[in-house]
Amino acid sequence: MTIAPREYDFEAARLRLEAKPKTAGPKLVSLDDAVARVKDGDHLALGGCLFSRTPLALVWALLRRRPRGLTLSRNLICYEAEWGMVAGAVNKVVTSWMGIGLPWGLSRIQREFVESGRVAFEEWSHLGLGLRYRAAAMGVPFLPSLTMLGSDLMEVGGSKTVECPYTGRTLHAVPALFPDVALLHVQKADPLGNCQIDGYPHMDGDIARAASTVLVTAERIVSEDEIRLHPDRTIIPGFLVDALAHAPYGSYPHECYGVYDAEPEHFTVYVNGIRERGAAAVADYLERYVHAPRSHADYLALFGEARLSDAAARARMLTT
Amino acid sequence: MSVTANELLAVMGARELRNDTTVFTGVGAPMMASVLAQRTHAPRLTMMVEGGVIGPTWKPGELPISTNEMRAAYRAQMLPPITDAFLLAQRGFFDVGFIGGAQIDRHGNLNTSAIGGYARPKVRLPGSGGANDIISLCREVIILTVHEKRRFTERVDFITSPGYLDGGDSRRRHGLLFGGVSRVVTTLGVFGFEPTSRRMQLLALHAGATVEQVRENTGFEVLVSPQLTTTKPPTDEELSILRMLDPKRQFIG
Repeated sequence: MTIAPREYDFEAARLRLEAKPKTAGPKLVSLDDAVARVKDGDHLALGGCLFSRTPLALVWALLRRRPRGLTLSRNLICYEAEWGMVAGAVNKVVTSWMGIGLPWGLSRIQREFVESGRVAFEEWSHLGLGLRYRAAAMGVPFLPSLTMLGSDLMEVGGSKTVECPYTGRTLHAVPALFPDVALLHVQKADPLGNCQIDGYPHMDGDIARAASTVLVTAERIVSEDEIRLHPDRTIIPGFLVDALAHAPYGSYPHECYGVYDAEPEHFTVYVNGIRERGAAAVADYLERYVHAPRSHADYLALFGEARLSDAAARARMLTT
Repeated sequence: MSVTANELLAVMGARELRNDTTVFTGVGAPMMASVLAQRTHAPRLTMMVEGGVIGPTWKPGELPISTNEMRAAYRAQMLPPITDAFLLAQRGFFDVGFIGGAQIDRHGNLNTSAIGGYARPKVRLPGSGGANDIISLCREVIILTVHEKRRFTERVDFITSPGYLDGGDSRRRHGLLFGGVSRVVTTLGVFGFEPTSRRMQLLALHAGATVEQVRENTGFEVLVSPQLTTTKPPTDEELSILRMLDPKRQFIG
C-alpha cells in the first residue's frame, strides 16, 4: 500500500483551504517567486497531458532551486519526470503512463530508477488518477467507479472496494488525491489569476481545485476586461490561484494548443543522448538547459527565434 | 500490393467496426483502423480519443503521435476534460474500445506495467494509460497486436488491463458488470473467446497463415473454432486509403 492518509484526508484538506486567504487581489509574481512556494517533500500535481501544455517553465524554475524529496503526479507523465529523477529531486511518481510516445520507445530513465527501486512508481489507470483529482476537487474522500476492478492495479496504490448501499454492487472506491501544490500552464490569465484555457482542458480544472497551493504560468497576461468579455471560458477563477507568472513559451518544447507546436526532433536528440550515455546525458541536458541560462528568456534563446516562430506557425495551421 | 504488419492490423481492425456506432480509439494501428472504417463502410462511426477528443477529422499526413496533441484534436466536435471523456465510457456510450499490443494471456488479460515483480521489475513498462479504463468500461474491446510468442504468454506477470481474469464469470465477480474482450486481431488471425471457459479461440486465419504457425507463436494452448475460416486479404482500396492518410508511413510501417 503506497497511498498515504494525508492524500485523501478531506477534512484536513478542507481546513487547509479554510485557513488560506482567498483574495481577489493581484497574483502576478516572478517565475522564481512562484516556485519559492514549493517545499522539499511536497506532492506536486502537474497540469496538461504528456507533451501538451506541460508547466515546463515552472518545472524549469523549480529544478534550478535543487529541491529534494518531491512526489510528482500527472495523468500521462513525460520526460519532466526523468529530469526530476536524475536531478535527485523526485523520489515518487504517481501516473498512469510514463514516456514520450511510441516513436521514442520505453523511458530508459524510468527503467533505471524504478527497476533499481530508487524511485517509487505508483501506477493508476488514466481515469483512476483523474477521479482521484476529481474527488479532491469535490471535497470528498473517494468516488465510486467501475474502473480498475479485478486488475492488479488495485494492489499498487492500496485501492479498496465499497459495496453500493443501494444496489449491493461492488465498486472501486477511488481515493481522493489532495496535492500540496498544483503547477499549471494556461494560454491566458488576467493579473488577478482568472485563467482561460484554449483547446484541451485536460485535468487542470480539477487539479486547481484539489491542491492546497496553485501556481500558474500564462502565455499572455490579459486585462480583466478581456476575461470578463468571455467569462464562460474561465476554467480557474482567480481566488483559487496563489501565484501567477507571465511565461511566454511556458510549455516549450512541448506544445501549447493554438500557440506553438511541440518539437519532436528535439525529443529525438534528447532520447538519442540517453541511448548513448544514459542518465549522464540527462544531467548534461539539465546543466545546459536548466542551470546555465540566466533567465527563462535565455533558455528559449538556446532554441532560437526561427524555431520558436516556426512552432507557432505550425500551431496556427493545426488549429484553424 | 505487399502488406505491412500494421496495415494488416488496421484493415482487419477496421472490418470489425460497424456503422452508427462509437469507438474509443488510440494512436497507431487503432487510429488507422478507425479512420479506415469511417472512410469505407462506417461513415457514421464516431471516434473518441483518450486525451479528450470527440469526433476529430484527422488531416492526411498530419496524424497524431499522442492522444492529446493538436493533431489528435484536428477539426474535432468537442474537447472535454479527460476525466469527463472517460466517464462517457463508464456511462456506457462506447460500443467498441481499441487497445494496442501488449503481453496477453489466454483469457485476454494484458500487461503493460512490469515484467517480473511490480516493486522491483525486470523491465518496467510505461503503464496502463487509458487501457485499463477502456477494457473495463467499453461495451466490447478489440485488441490489435503483432503475434509473437513473447507477447502471447501462459500467464501475464501483472494484470494491468483485465480481460476475462481467471475465465468463466470471474470478470463479473470482481464487479466488472459490463464489457469484455470480443476479438484479438493479430498478424496471424482473428481470435474470440469460448463463451463458457472464456479461453482464447482461433476464429479465422489470415491468408497464408496456418494453425501450426499460430501454435508455434503462442505461449499457451490455443483453442481452434470448429468453424475456422480465412479472412479476405486487404483490398487495394483499403491499402490506398491507409497510404493516403499516412504518406510518410509513420504509422503503417
